[in-house]
Amino acid sequence: MSIFGKLTLESVPYHEPIIMVTLAVVAVVGLVIAGLITKYKQWSVLWHDWITSIDHKRLGIMYIVLALVMLVRGFADAIMMRSQLALATNGAAGYLPPEHYDQIFSAHGVIMIIFMAMPFMIGLMNIIVPLQVGARDVAFPFLNNLSFWLTAGGAILINISLAVGEFARTGWVAYPPLSELAYSPGVGVDYYIWALQLSGMGTLLTAVNFLVTVFKMRAPGMRLMQMPIFTWTCTWANILVAASFPILTAVLAMLTLDRYLGFHFFTNEAGGNAMMYINLFWAWGHPEVYILILPAFGIFSEVISTFTGKRLFGYKSMVYASGAISILGFIVWLHHFFTMGSSANVNAFFGVMTMIIAVPTGAKLFNWLFTMYRGRLRITVPVLWTIGFMVTFTIGGMTGVLLAIPGADYVLHNSLFLIAHFHNTILGGAVFGYFAGFNYWFPKAMGFKLHEGWGKASFWCWLVGFFVAFMPLYVLGFLGMTRRLNHTNNPEWNLWLYIAAVGGVIIMFGIIFQFIQLYVSFKERKQLKDTTGDPWNGHTLEWSTASPPQFYNFGHIPTVHDIDAWTDMKEKGIAYKLLDKYLPIHMPKNTSAGVLMSLGFTGFGFAMIWHIWWLAIVGLVFAIGVYIKRCYSRDVDYFVMPEEVHEIEQAHAAAAAKEVTA
Amino acid sequence: MFIRNLSKWVCAAALLSLTGCSGGILDPKGQIGADEKSLIIICTILMLLVVIPVIVMTLYFAWKYRADRNEAYEPKWSHSSKIEAIVWTIPIVIVVVLGVITWRSTHALDPYKPIEDKGEHLTVEVVSLNWKWLFIYPEQGIATVNELVFPANVPVEYKITSESTMNSFFIPQLGSQIYSMAGMETKLHLIANEPGTFDGFSSNYSGAGFSGMKFKAIATPTRQDFNDWVAKVKAGGGSLTQQSYPALAEPSENHPVEYFANVSDGLFHSIVMKYMQAHGEMNYYEKPEHSAHQMHSMSEAEE
Amino acid sequence: MNTAANYLTPDAAVHEHGGHEEHTSHSVFGFWLYLMTDCLLFASFFATYAVLYMNTAGGVSGKDIFELDYVAIETAALLLSSITFGFAMITAQGQKQRATLGWLLVTFAFGAVFIGMEINEFHHLIAEGYGPQKSAFLSAFFSLVGLHGLHVTAGLIWMTVMMIEVVRRGLGHQTVTRLSCLSLFWHFLDIVWICVFTVVYLMGAM
Repeated sequence: MSIFGKLTLESVPYHEPIIMVTLAVVAVVGLVIAGLITKYKQWSVLWHDWITSIDHKRLGIMYIVLALVMLVRGFADAIMMRSQLALATNGAAGYLPPEHYDQIFSAHGVIMIIFMAMPFMIGLMNIIVPLQVGARDVAFPFLNNLSFWLTAGGAILINISLAVGEFARTGWVAYPPLSELAYSPGVGVDYYIWALQLSGMGTLLTAVNFLVTVFKMRAPGMRLMQMPIFTWTCTWANILVAASFPILTAVLAMLTLDRYLGFHFFTNEAGGNAMMYINLFWAWGHPEVYILILPAFGIFSEVISTFTGKRLFGYKSMVYASGAISILGFIVWLHHFFTMGSSANVNAFFGVMTMIIAVPTGAKLFNWLFTMYRGRLRITVPVLWTIGFMVTFTIGGMTGVLLAIPGADYVLHNSLFLIAHFHNTILGGAVFGYFAGFNYWFPKAMGFKLHEGWGKASFWCWLVGFFVAFMPLYVLGFLGMTRRLNHTNNPEWNLWLYIAAVGGVIIMFGIIFQFIQLYVSFKERKQLKDTTGDPWNGHTLEWSTASPPQFYNFGHIPTVHDIDAWTDMKEKGIAYKLLDKYLPIHMPKNTSAGVLMSLGFTGFGFAMIWHIWWLAIVGLVFAIGVYIKRCYSRDVDYFVMPEEVHEIEQAHAAAAAKEVTA
Repeated sequence: MFIRNLSKWVCAAALLSLTGCSGGILDPKGQIGADEKSLIIICTILMLLVVIPVIVMTLYFAWKYRADRNEAYEPKWSHSSKIEAIVWTIPIVIVVVLGVITWRSTHALDPYKPIEDKGEHLTVEVVSLNWKWLFIYPEQGIATVNELVFPANVPVEYKITSESTMNSFFIPQLGSQIYSMAGMETKLHLIANEPGTFDGFSSNYSGAGFSGMKFKAIATPTRQDFNDWVAKVKAGGGSLTQQSYPALAEPSENHPVEYFANVSDGLFHSIVMKYMQAHGEMNYYEKPEHSAHQMHSMSEAEE
Repeated sequence: MNTAANYLTPDAAVHEHGGHEEHTSHSVFGFWLYLMTDCLLFASFFATYAVLYMNTAGGVSGKDIFELDYVAIETAALLLSSITFGFAMITAQGQKQRATLGWLLVTFAFGAVFIGMEINEFHHLIAEGYGPQKSAFLSAFFSLVGLHGLHVTAGLIWMTVMMIEVVRRGLGHQTVTRLSCLSLFWHFLDIVWICVFTVVYLMGAM
């Protein structure tokens, strides 16, 4: 074996025009961006203020940038699948042969869930949760930076798989024995394993970090049952991450041992048991969907309550409902495989448990309704996403309960009905929530609001596109079309496949409009500037800071007396009040350790994928070495002096006062 | 408005196409499938009782309480035990009703349960291969690839396993599907209530040739027609033995229909046992479904 | 913390950003949470072992290969190391640098004995043809025990790093906090080992 392991020049798919064109486009875009950074002399800023930053707000922004980039990648996969299926009807082969198409649907699932939805959710959580609980940063800022770069490392690996080698052809669940060496001898599954392991480690560290933050670092006076609802739902999500991601780590490690060292966990031979993988995978996978949706529920609660100018209806009920969903989310995983031949008692138990989740979820929907009741609802972009969600998600919930009935699942399992259902909940639920949060908190993170017109245009394209793309899939499920088909030969299905492809195009316009919205808002950032830090008349502490917030968040940490702490302060007239004397603020210093460690781990992952053993050892030793060096370092923190704090706080108060009097 | 019109249009179109139908699960030709269809319809209607009001209320509230209408405004109103009680009760009631339906229907439609009162079962042994289906008729001593023939109105017991990857044996118009797994024997009971030719396929992705892993399921009008077909297969010659089986098991895509006049005894058993014998003594062959269940109870206990 | 401490009176530090106590409590709580996630990692491997331990593929079962006497010595070494780590913590709290180092060295030695014996056991099994590639049972056995061994090894590396830190920096606040985390980790591995010993070896040999 050469020093490059299995890696040779032939590993690059030169013969695939689609991939080559994509790579060319990526290369050009990359060069243009690099050129712009050089032209405006921003390399140093990029390194010192972003890449090495341990500021939770900047990390949050980087997470969301990552999510948006991966959204484009994942959507490109989606539109290719829809167009392939629209072209490959009546026995035609279409333009994507199975060996390519199968990689696309596997990559689409992994990217959208692990590298789009998760970073988006974690990004919003990063920006907002410390602000909402009145903390200066998260409990372990360096760890937070490392988490981000581990996630980014995973994303980089999955993108490398496009250019070097291949991605898994197993579906995003990578069930063995198909994902075992015997049936998937290529490097695709290895890319899958290491990309997920890296980002999974990052996510797990994030969860621990934020749990310590909310349990140990809340502002004085803030009881647990006074935490803002978004913080609560993120906390439940983090508990779920902490409880479920280790299972993913374990199951991927076992698959790794099978593939690399010839173990027999899930092989057909020598007593392996593939059902074990499927159980463990979903013991992580089902909580995972609640990890995605719960923070979105929190965002909708914040948005509705802010834009109706009302307190959230049934706060306690919301907190307990989220908790119930989290706990129940752990005992329903078997509904992903009712068709495996379990006994009727087992299937019925898991079916009923699944349905019970509809109770707290239904209660939440009603609570949002009654938050609107007797309010003054301003129909802004975040509100549109919220209303769109309430309509869409209700349908998705209904089809979900239907799938939870084993008798119905026996015919709907693995059909396009299932595909429509989970897009209905993850897209129409979680992702709509992230977009609502994106529009809602954008001014907080960036200092200017997003353009309303383009925001609305993008919302309508997404919503209409969603219904046009996915309602036909429900129909196709009833017509007996199963998922992951490469081509079809059934005239009954054609019309629905064409409509679904049109829906995909409409969604594409939604995404394009979102980028136009970003561009236009940036151009008009002066007119859209948020001077007060409280553009929507918000309820919670993040709106008490400037936009973007002071790097230390709070000059003086407020004492909290109410769930809507900021509204309470505004009503008592103590908002924007300056202190006579500020105390020095202790801040951590930026560090390159996180990105360097991730470099080591990503190198390790890449080397493992290609069996370049020496590089794997170098990468691992390098990462651990950087960490140990960081542990010995004493130059990790500094103080912001009271004079500087006073100056910054005064500027914010003055800007707010000018706005209020004007 | 556009959205609502559109979704109405889609729903109407969907209903039209589905009732006009054509091969899907809403056009069942067997008892199991018919029961599952009515289960889906009943449960959907039950849920629509909540879903439609919620959607209507969402749009109505959003319209009624929008800022420029100056409706009643109570910014501090955030709790009402009465409303809380109602909003928790409604979903609970629906779920209780659905839960009862679920419990009963899951037992009634258990794929492992033989179909009663319809006379003797025909047994077919099903093996998923990369990427084709092998059907062995142990009572008739014949085997086919990618064509499944059985008489209408006769319950069929399918014993299912896999040579390689996991697949799912599914004939939508007859009802339930069940996974095929190597070293494992799963079971399924189906019946066709009328003669006809139905689409069958794998509904669990299993690799490159998956899309072509289709077969025709033909329900003959009478038992005699079935016997005639068996005779035809027997007359056709060809045999499937332990020795010739590995060649058939080699991966192939869009495999044509194939008949075998003879099949060696215990071929199915040996395919299952090839992997199952590695699973210790406890879950040995006499209780094949045991291993599947034991697994679940293990991981349940774990969680 | 150190550059920070020079600037501030302790009172102000506690008041505005959290002092040493708070910092310690964050670290220890965070580390404890991490251990809980680690616990689930082990739980997944235990569950897999429970499912696969009978799948011997016609080869050896636990009864044939486990030597309880040998494993009992291994276990004793690890249990003793937990006790000696306890002494290390007591001396560290009392700011006795030399004694702390001494106890850490003893702990390290016991840990190394444990790992050495485990590697020897694995080597022995593989040499006799009972490697993890032979059956699902052996795969599950090697990875469950090996996962624990990997943790102990990580603990030993960490302990080395801590000993150097104690030599170079003495028993400062941060060092003692880190020692507390390591002690949690070490005792946790002890508890996991007791489960491994019971579930894998005792129940397997019976």
